Amino acid sequence: MTHATIDGNEAAASVAYRLNEVCCIYPITPSSPMAELADEWASQRRPNVWGTVPTVVEMQSEGGAAGALHGALQGGALSTTFTASQGLLLMIPNMYKIAGELTPSVFHVAARSLAAQGLSIFGDHSDVMAVRQTGFAILASGSVQEAHDLALVAQAATLATRVPFVHFFDGFRTSHELNTVELLTDDDLRALVPEELVRAHRGRALSPERPFIRGTAQNPDVYFQARETVNPFYARVPDVVEDAMARLRERTGRALRLVEYSGHPEADRVLIVMGSGAETVSETVAWLAARGERVGLAQVRLYRPFPVRALVEALPASVKRIAVLDRTKEPGSIGEPLFLDVVAAMTEAHEDDDRVLPRIVGGRYGLSSKEFTPGMVAGVFEALAAERPRRRFTVGIVDDVSQTSLDYDAALDIEPPDTVRAVFFGLGSDGTVGANKNTIKILGEHMHAQGYFVYDSKKSGSQTVSHLRFGPKEIRAPYLVANASFVGCHQFRLLEQVDVLGRAAPGATLLLNCRYAPEEVWDALPRPVQEQVLNKKIELYAIDAGRIARDVGLAGRINVVLQTCFFAISGVLPREEAIVRIKEAITKSYGRRGPEVVQRNHAAVDRALEGLHRIEVPDRVTSTRELAPPVPANAPEFVRNVTAEMMAGRGDALPVSMLPVDGTYPSGTTAYEKRNISELIAAWDEELCIQCGNCSFVCPHSVIRSRYYDSVRLDGAPDGFRSAPLEGPGLPDRRFTLQVYLEDCTGCGLCVEACPVAAPGDSARKAINLADREPLLALERENIAFFETLPANDRSRVDFGTVRGTQFLEPLFEFSGACEGCGETPYIKLLSQLFGDRLTIANATGCSSIYGGNLPTTPWTSDADGRGPAWSNSLFEDNAEFGLGLRLAADGHTELARRRLGELRETVGAELIDAILDAPQLRESELHAQRERIAELMRRLEGLDDPLVTDLLSVVDHLIRRSVWIVGGDGWAYDIGSGGLDHVLASGRNINVLVLDTEVYSNTGGQMSKATPLGAVAKFATAGKTVAKKDLALQAIAYGNVYVARVAMGSDSQHTLVAFREAEAYDGPSLLIAYSHCIAHGIEMRSGLDQQYRAVASGYWPLIRYDPMARAAGGNPFLLDSPRPRMRLSDYTDRELRYRSLASSDPAEAERLHGLAEQAVAQRWAVYEEMATSGPQRFAADARKDR
Amino acid sequence: MELATSYMGLALRNPLVASPSPLSKTVDGVRRLADAGVGAVVLYSLFEEQLRREAALNEQLTDAGTESFAEALSYFPVTTAAEPGPRRYLSLLERAAASVEIPVIASLNGVTPGGWTDYARAMQDAGAAAIELNIYYLPGDPRISGRDVEQRHIDVLTRVKDAVSVPVAVKLGPYFSSTGEMALALDAAGADGLVLFNRLLQPDIDPDTLSVGPAVELSNPAEGRLARTWIALLHGRVRASLAATTGVEEPTDVARYLLAGADVVMTTSALLRHGPGYAVVLLDGLRAWIERKGFTSVDELRGMLAVAPSADETAEARADYVSALREANSSTYGPW
Repeated sequence: MTHATIDGNEAAASVAYRLNEVCCIYPITPSSPMAELADEWASQRRPNVWGTVPTVVEMQSEGGAAGALHGALQGGALSTTFTASQGLLLMIPNMYKIAGELTPSVFHVAARSLAAQGLSIFGDHSDVMAVRQTGFAILASGSVQEAHDLALVAQAATLATRVPFVHFFDGFRTSHELNTVELLTDDDLRALVPEELVRAHRGRALSPERPFIRGTAQNPDVYFQARETVNPFYARVPDVVEDAMARLRERTGRALRLVEYSGHPEADRVLIVMGSGAETVSETVAWLAARGERVGLAQVRLYRPFPVRALVEALPASVKRIAVLDRTKEPGSIGEPLFLDVVAAMTEAHEDDDRVLPRIVGGRYGLSSKEFTPGMVAGVFEALAAERPRRRFTVGIVDDVSQTSLDYDAALDIEPPDTVRAVFFGLGSDGTVGANKNTIKILGEHMHAQGYFVYDSKKSGSQTVSHLRFGPKEIRAPYLVANASFVGCHQFRLLEQVDVLGRAAPGATLLLNCRYAPEEVWDALPRPVQEQVLNKKIELYAIDAGRIARDVGLAGRINVVLQTCFFAISGVLPREEAIVRIKEAITKSYGRRGPEVVQRNHAAVDRALEGLHRIEVPDRVTSTRELAPPVPANAPEFVRNVTAEMMAGRGDALPVSMLPVDGTYPSGTTAYEKRNISELIAAWDEELCIQCGNCSFVCPHSVIRSRYYDSVRLDGAPDGFRSAPLEGPGLPDRRFTLQVYLEDCTGCGLCVEACPVAAPGDSARKAINLADREPLLALERENIAFFETLPANDRSRVDFGTVRGTQFLEPLFEFSGACEGCGETPYIKLLSQLFGDRLTIANATGCSSIYGGNLPTTPWTSDADGRGPAWSNSLFEDNAEFGLGLRLAADGHTELARRRLGELRETVGAELIDAILDAPQLRESELHAQRERIAELMRRLEGLDDPLVTDLLSVVDHLIRRSVWIVGGDGWAYDIGSGGLDHVLASGRNINVLVLDTEVYSNTGGQMSKATPLGAVAKFATAGKTVAKKDLALQAIAYGNVYVARVAMGSDSQHTLVAFREAEAYDGPSLLIAYSHCIAHGIEMRSGLDQQYRAVASGYWPLIRYDPMARAAGGNPFLLDSPRPRMRLSDYTDRELRYRSLASSDPAEAERLHGLAEQAVAQRWAVYEEMATSGPQRFAADARKDR
Repeated sequence: MELATSYMGLALRNPLVASPSPLSKTVDGVRRLADAGVGAVVLYSLFEEQLRREAALNEQLTDAGTESFAEALSYFPVTTAAEPGPRRYLSLLERAAASVEIPVIASLNGVTPGGWTDYARAMQDAGAAAIELNIYYLPGDPRISGRDVEQRHIDVLTRVKDAVSVPVAVKLGPYFSSTGEMALALDAAGADGLVLFNRLLQPDIDPDTLSVGPAVELSNPAEGRLARTWIALLHGRVRASLAATTGVEEPTDVARYLLAGADVVMTTSALLRHGPGYAVVLLDGLRAWIERKGFTSVDELRGMLAVAPSADETAEARADYVSALREANSSTYGPW
């Protein structure tokens, strides 16, 4: 038997891949790794058990994947898919078809929450419960091992019964948990899936050699009866699944049942549960039963068809009370699905005998990966023992609104003493998770190991917590580690931000990475941490891992040092052996980087042991330093009470009453989240600065702000406050200040790259440079406070037409958690600056919806008047349509407001009414004037008691021209939302579309989209993309009345600015395609702007504008705004890993594709040049009336 | 007229060889050079250090942003992290060698002992007709001795010779205390060819920006004199073939080198300036010159103006060159 430490996704994919011929997929968290693994294996030409290399095809959406899958199945291929959440929902129409046609297939689902009041990527059963009616059988795995085993059982059963299966396991908790499993061999797979069943499936395929039709339209006469024909097939399913499980047991010894009972043989209280929660219940039941409690668990593995007989037989006759736990919510139902099924099953089963029906209650737990712990299980059993147990309940939250929640003992610890538990706090960028995965691989060969990793929702400076368990026995604890005997804190500042020792057991060891000398460590700790150390009798170790890493030439790579310390202190392996194993792992991992790198890492291991110090802990607290509150005291109440709790990692404790009922959250909350994630920050040199505005224009995090003001305003400025005379004719006595919000700066350096000036004699010194944050912190905090007292510059007096002018416009998108140096956010920030106070945004799911709207905070904010962008995310696929809806509503309400205004002409005064109705609202000064008119209107309406007035007031905001923007990435615009986008562009409505084109699915980790260029490597294009990028601009231009621009800020920021303004001013559909450099391009992010320049200069990304207004005026609407290619394509592509890696892995193919890409650039350029030099008649006319 | 030439035992259809340049970075580029008529192509150099750096950079870029955000635990397919290594170069070499009739010579710039031998062996396996060692480094340490530098050249050559069976040439820089002695020592250590000289691309200062930057310039004919001088002096004194490089612009520059005693004449700058097709112009011009001068083969004229080996001991036999050198040095516009 082969052991391996793998996660649930790999466990399921390993079987699915080996038993299928076609995988039709679409990336969606948390199932994407299954598809990526399949793609990786296919690209390595790994065959399935019958010698065929499966075909893996990425589709444009899950709907597309399901369609392709249906086709492949009808063509007789063994076919599968991997999905989750909304993805599974998009497959529903095809699922009815596939099941209705009795087509064997298995969908492997990493079960995930559905987007309701908010999106969640985490695990529960909302998605699988939404397909329980499709006719698919549903099989639930509760652990990594089960995900492996039941993947096989599902495949065997689907072929034997012809009923298609959903095989699911809990998203993240199982899909991403590393655990030690016994692997199924190819022979095991072949034994359970006989070839004759495969051939029978093929035999049912469509073939012109034996033609028939399938997929008829049926009439009232037969549809009903035809629907009933399948009943015998479903009736067989439980027996067939049971049989497959029995055969699996014969081969592996692992016993699985449709409904697995465990616990006291004469239990009076039983929990019924599906998925990973059953592991927790099972272990808790064993623990309680050992203490004399008559409790049990019935774990449901086959959920559809519901195995009534198996359930009834599994339950001991002694059962008096049953609690059914559902990991989903069905608002308005009398109970959740599993509960209702159990009630129905038990009721019917007891109708025919004399036994009293047990009392059955239903509860919800674990939504969106909410923790489900032994304490909660014990709490449910306790509640079940009450005289009148609550019929419906929740567990794991505090529901102070509907009073559904049960109390429980959060401290209950049932874990065996021989399990070593460890937690590690680190940053995404410091390699902590990678090192821990490595540790698990090392230890997984000797013992059972489990690893689970928690990430925060930021893409830059993100924190990670690794939860590790090791022990001699199987580890069945799908919940976070508490009472850890080892706590690693890999970043000292995390001690100040999260409760690092909250998970430490009494007597635990804390390993602290810090720059302090051993004798200084204790005093450096904040008071509450010292108190915890003393109270829990923590053994304290410290090491300066950063220094050791630097000394051995591995600056910044602290993971090896800290991993070594863990082994040295924890004693999970004998020290000498551990060192050997770590070094072996290093040689394996870094061997290809050359002997020097291996030597340096080996040196890091040796030096780690020398640099590790045990810290003497005094017997009393010496520190007076308190932890800083997560948000300042002047933050709004909601931010203090709710947002701050989430930020501090205490969101689990927030009661229901504290949360908004409809998913509405306040704007402007990142301003309270001073993350201080970068040691290096931007610093302004007022002497050198020419006040061009380039740095603030490109700043992805809006940390560079400019204001000009009368010099008298400087009275009372802090000593260190810097200013310079404003560079501008006719404005003497005006000062200019560029203020860096250093606590929000990520140190990406884009500003430095964008700065056009250099110090004489020191070309490396610019007017903005990176400097150490720490020495500047106190001073700049004061400066920022003073800067904020300066009034924002009057928008109507700022030159919107120049980059220089835009720096004086307040960004209403600030301090997002996007990647350091993000290529998307500068465009979004510009949008917010130009139109923010009248902006409505429909945002497609993706990076921009995550850094824009992932709790706890949002970067969308408001100006001093309280106006700012109104933002919403509907779904991934429907964003264009959603935005159009916002436009339609706005248009309707504008029309209503204008009508009511006309009707009030007499009351209000004709002059004002006409002025409002006829007001041009293109320039900022015109908008300003309109706002003043509306203010006057409001004054005149005050106190008027007229239904017309009341009605007008409800829509009066619409008298200011509203700017509706549809924002999303290329995955949305080119793929999943393509049809909708096309339709909305064709609507003729005044909507603006901003496509943040990173040429890849960035948010889910770099999968190919139809925007991915020819020759680039991406997930699902491992061998280089062989189709050129879709020319979305040309498609839109074909309509004639769509304003289109392709922009790249790093190449021509002025062009970008002009295009944004023209698009917004155009009364019709507009499409902006914005080159957005991305971490998924494999570039050093600081060079992002230079890459944009190269993309344009090489002709790969021609800057264009298509303006229908120009055609209407008799001019050529197509403007080719960038000069002819003036560098080779390779001068652009060679600098990106996405291109370069193919040249390493398949040089001949890279050369071939590069040649074709060069041709494509030349061809497109020729087409564009022809368009740019043609007359207006070459283009379609705008056929809308009055244009 | 016979242009056929032997270089390190390789039969070449003529003595014009395309030396390392961006033109030989693609199979298509090599094919174009061959179609234009060159006798052999030396591919661009494989730089071990560059591969190392690229590997480290790729690894860093592959790792960037990973294990930080739950939805995107990585950004590239697993295979992206694959060793950049020499595969790109070897594949080009293999495909280039298979697609042209003329010899394709690989050029190698190593760093580590293992790097030199492993890559040389891999080049041989990929079909290199010969290997040119581009022993190019600028000793930044002023304390390093001349003997050390010389010994490094010998060591690298010896190691590579031990590792491969194809001919091995050494491309030399011009800066040795005794270039002649170095050449003889390499010859004695088994070099099959000596390529004179490597043009060390030195950085320059930009007085406008007050910065130091790379200064890459194509060579000009005047630069050929140094190489010609040494070829003339070494011709007949070494067993190794002599390849001239630097300063070939006109067909007469080729003729000059041949008269000085070069077995082959390499060019990069002219081909870069005028395109690979310029080889036709050089070869046609060479033919016309040979014809005009009444020769019938290159062998006939090769080394005509070399310093006769027999005259080594007599100062007068070297008079032409030595006096020319003296004259040049004393004139106002002398080359050095």
